[in-house]
Amino acid sequence: MSALLEIRDLVVSYHTRSGVVPAVRKADLTVAPGEIVAVVGESGSGKSTTAHAAIGLLPRGGRVESGSITFAGRELTGLSDKQWQGLRGTDIALVPQDPTVSLDPVRRVGEQVAEVLLVHRLAPRRAAAAEAIRLLRSAGIPEPERRARQYPHELSGGLRQRVLIAIALAGRPRLIIADEPTSALDVTVQREILDHLEGLAVESGTAVLLITHDLGVAADRAARVVVMSQGEVVETGSTREILTAASHPYTRELLAAAPSLAREPLRPRRDAGSDVLLAVTGVAKSFDGKTKVVDDVSFTLTRGRTLALVGESGSGKTTTARVVVGLEAPTEGTVTFDGNDITALGREDLRLLRRRFQLVYQNPYASLNPRFTIEEIVTEPLRAFGVGSPADRRARAAELLDQVALPSGMLARKPAELSGGQRQRAAIARALALHPDLLVCDEPVSALDVSVQAQILRLLVRLQEELGLTYLFITHDLAVVREIADHIAVMRGGSVVEYGPADAVLTAPTAQYTKELLAAIPGAVAPDPIR
Amino acid sequence: MTNGIPRRLAQAVVVLWAAFTLSFVILYLLPGDAVLAKLGGGDGGSTLTAADVAREHAALGLDDPVVVQYGKRLLAAVQGDFGRSIASGEDATTLVLNALPSTLSITGLGLLFAVVFGGAIAILGTYTRSRWLSQFLASLPPLGNSLPTFWVGLVLIQIFSFNLGWVPALGSDGFSALVLPAVTLALPTGAIIGQVLAKSLRTQLDEPYVEVVLAKGASRARVHFGHVLRNAALPALTLVGVLAGNLLAGSVITESVFSRDGIGRVTASAVSAQDIPVVQAVIVLAALFFVVLNLAVDLLYPVLDPRLAGRVTAKAQSRGKAVSGV
Amino acid sequence: MSSVATPSAARREAGFYLRRPGLVLSVAVILLVLLWAVVPELFTAHDPIAGVPAERLQGPSAAHLFGTDETGRDVFARVVHGAALSLRATVLSVLVSLIAGAALGLLAGSRGGWVDSLVMRVVDVLQSVPSILLSLALVTALGFGTTNVAIAVGVANLATFARLMRAEVLRVRTGVFVEAARAAGVRWTGVLARHILPNSLGPVLVLATLTFGTAVLEVSALSFLGYGATPPTPEWGSLVAGGRGFLATAWWMTTFPGLTVAAVVLATNRVSRALDGERRLV
Repeated sequence: MSALLEIRDLVVSYHTRSGVVPAVRKADLTVAPGEIVAVVGESGSGKSTTAHAAIGLLPRGGRVESGSITFAGRELTGLSDKQWQGLRGTDIALVPQDPTVSLDPVRRVGEQVAEVLLVHRLAPRRAAAAEAIRLLRSAGIPEPERRARQYPHELSGGLRQRVLIAIALAGRPRLIIADEPTSALDVTVQREILDHLEGLAVESGTAVLLITHDLGVAADRAARVVVMSQGEVVETGSTREILTAASHPYTRELLAAAPSLAREPLRPRRDAGSDVLLAVTGVAKSFDGKTKVVDDVSFTLTRGRTLALVGESGSGKTTTARVVVGLEAPTEGTVTFDGNDITALGREDLRLLRRRFQLVYQNPYASLNPRFTIEEIVTEPLRAFGVGSPADRRARAAELLDQVALPSGMLARKPAELSGGQRQRAAIARALALHPDLLVCDEPVSALDVSVQAQILRLLVRLQEELGLTYLFITHDLAVVREIADHIAVMRGGSVVEYGPADAVLTAPTAQYTKELLAAIPGAVAPDPIR
Repeated sequence: MTNGIPRRLAQAVVVLWAAFTLSFVILYLLPGDAVLAKLGGGDGGSTLTAADVAREHAALGLDDPVVVQYGKRLLAAVQGDFGRSIASGEDATTLVLNALPSTLSITGLGLLFAVVFGGAIAILGTYTRSRWLSQFLASLPPLGNSLPTFWVGLVLIQIFSFNLGWVPALGSDGFSALVLPAVTLALPTGAIIGQVLAKSLRTQLDEPYVEVVLAKGASRARVHFGHVLRNAALPALTLVGVLAGNLLAGSVITESVFSRDGIGRVTASAVSAQDIPVVQAVIVLAALFFVVLNLAVDLLYPVLDPRLAGRVTAKAQSRGKAVSGV
Repeated sequence: MSSVATPSAARREAGFYLRRPGLVLSVAVILLVLLWAVVPELFTAHDPIAGVPAERLQGPSAAHLFGTDETGRDVFARVVHGAALSLRATVLSVLVSLIAGAALGLLAGSRGGWVDSLVMRVVDVLQSVPSILLSLALVTALGFGTTNVAIAVGVANLATFARLMRAEVLRVRTGVFVEAARAAGVRWTGVLARHILPNSLGPVLVLATLTFGTAVLEVSALSFLGYGATPPTPEWGSLVAGGRGFLATAWWMTTFPGLTVAAVVLATNRVSRALDGERRLV
């Protein structure tokens, strides 16, 4: 069987004002007709650039320096605009990363699907409109006649991604390039979309080049996996080979770090204990006086334990966390921290109590003042509470960096000079500065690459052991929960639908929604993905 | 959207009221005395007596307490009466309205020039593949924004009237006398349109949906004219109210340079004579311009942008989404 | 590595400017005009006020770079000596907008509530009247003269500053790092002084440099209309106005002062664009 897409020795770089930045150093991959191939790598690995080179849509400044890309025996590098136009849509199609911004906001959905047919003169206007409705239906969109007349903003993210799939399939291409097609969507929606894409591809014999950062997704969907790191393909093989007998150290690291595949707790789980540190009772929060974003949420957290608050976007988990740390006042209910009802405290009393509970944010790029040095950031809580002399604070800063395994040379740096993982460590160091009892972590690893995620999680667990910390851990990722939680509260639509010891919730869930969430985790069936 | 209209109308009335109040505060409450200006005083050395001043003050109603003055003037202004010109004794409103048609003709033509040339520069500058042409076109609006309009008008007169003799240098007669003032007026406005639209087009070209359209096999022309232009023109539309106000204000200089009759001339001489009622009438007229055009844009916007069609509900939804967590 | 860092940084610095001849030229223009304002005698020996009647209405030459006017005064000397007055008025007007506008914006953005609403309604009204008309109204009330013109232009431009400052304060204020500081227990005043103000001032200062260009234009426009300095004091706008009667015969009288204004505006705009982020990109 000859290859449909064949990439050989591809080198791509970006020409920017400040110089030439290499993006892909050496990429080789092949896709056979009808085959699903996954390219896996972290951000900056060159996987997305490789995919975009194959459809001639490199971002501004991107240039194929050398190597060849052949499609059905035809060389694609050096094609003219006109030749590319004939190829795109009918031979090679694209499903983009973020459905919420990938449709023209002022054109009707149906028109945008039909445009493929009009551009390639595959159908006259009227027939194209009818065909668009048929395509929307086959992409799994209910009431396609009505949806076709709607504008993108009237559709949910999942529906928009289905529209984009309909667009990709409209010209009956032989290859679909799907660039992280579901990473912007909730897990339960992800699964449906990927199921559908896979089904349609198999049905029509279309090959798929699936770009993903998630080895679990790749394992579930692809026959073969290509692993990329720092602009190079480091390993290629059948999915089974990659999962069971990876030879390259990077692949093995990726396998070990992939949260969706890891299942072992990082430390033995602990029982409930008796020393209640935090009690949340009947908390409700409404921003507009009508709809309750959080409704009747109750849980308790005992000293030295980790409670994971799990839910998808819109479940109210973040709002709950903000109520717990006193950044939002609840509409109803109480939050009691070590015997103090923080909802009843005055502003200054609450401020003084903040010494004992601290917050770690999701995005370490946004949560650190860009003008401060790391030392200023880490010592800020000390300044705020007038702890120690400047010299004491400097010493404490060095000690804190040591605790989070950052070299003390970082003290003089600005956040922009640190990597994402290093920034999150600095944010954790800041949270630890005042020896708090409780750390509320709001998705602390979801903005980080998977291998960095694993390091940060291990750090958090180690700190808990050393310092006797109590964690309230907010996350959407059940695999992360599996690693660190003692207890789990699953939230949906503002309410807690399931609450109990971690092992019970993960292995014998009682709520239907928890079952769905668990089933939706990519890679759940690994290491035997070929059913 | 339907229940938005009365609210917008009310807002428009409030802006007009506020503009009146602002002009009242500036013109009637700040130090400086119109009577002295009228009677040739101010520089000192004049011969008028205190009695003369007092009589004029009483005639202009400047002796009443401030609140009473304000109330009286507001009531009169609602009926279109801003008082009589201190300089000529004519009704200020009539004076301004009589000057309006002449000014509207050059501002109208100026706006047309500005939209056509500013738009063309932005569209061509973002469409062309030639690097130098794109950079050249991108450099034009900042240049247009940097030239003093009064000077540009004089240079145009020098070239086209005196050197080439194509159009009359000064005056208000005929279409040919309209062209140079309109071009002068269009320059800064066209520059703004060119800059804003080009920036908006560039932003839109970087939107991910452009990649999807290209991936369908569409040509660059289709991307540019079928998708990007419409999305980019929407934010530029909100500028119209500001630009119309600028054109009106620019007429002060343009009409003075070309010795044309119109609002601008009336304003300039009213300022010279510290003719407060006329200046106030012009300011309220400018605010009226601004308010009416913005109202029109506000009402037109949801028709052109489907995202705003159901604005109230969409806003509530997005707010709900924003607060409900990540 | 550290031993080579300094020279290579210097070279990179030099390269930055070498690749931007326009920026270098702009800085040179601004420096030159500033020197005109401070030490005009260094640049011209001619008297800006007293003319030599025998040399009236002469075209540009080596002796009279920009030619002479109808009373035989050297136009170049008048442009050079006019720099002080024009620039002082411009700087004053920018300072008025910057200080008053930024203070109002900070007040509105940090206090919120009814203070915010009140300040922003005032700003709305200021912006609903075109700035030239607003400054004309202020000139009507305050009277003529360069200082009054400068204040009028400054007040008319103040709304933009207030709006930007407020927007920046709100943007920074809702930033996660500000909330993080608050959650860490920092007092509100500390958050305002250490986090919000330093992070929101940058764009406002860039706006000030950008407004410098428009203020030059507006001040000279008002003085062109005759509301500025009284003749024979030289001032750029009134110099252009002075040449109006001689368009057909003495083009240099309007052209050169006008070109000077345009050059200064272009130069400040270029520099402000550079401040607005070109440095950061490189």
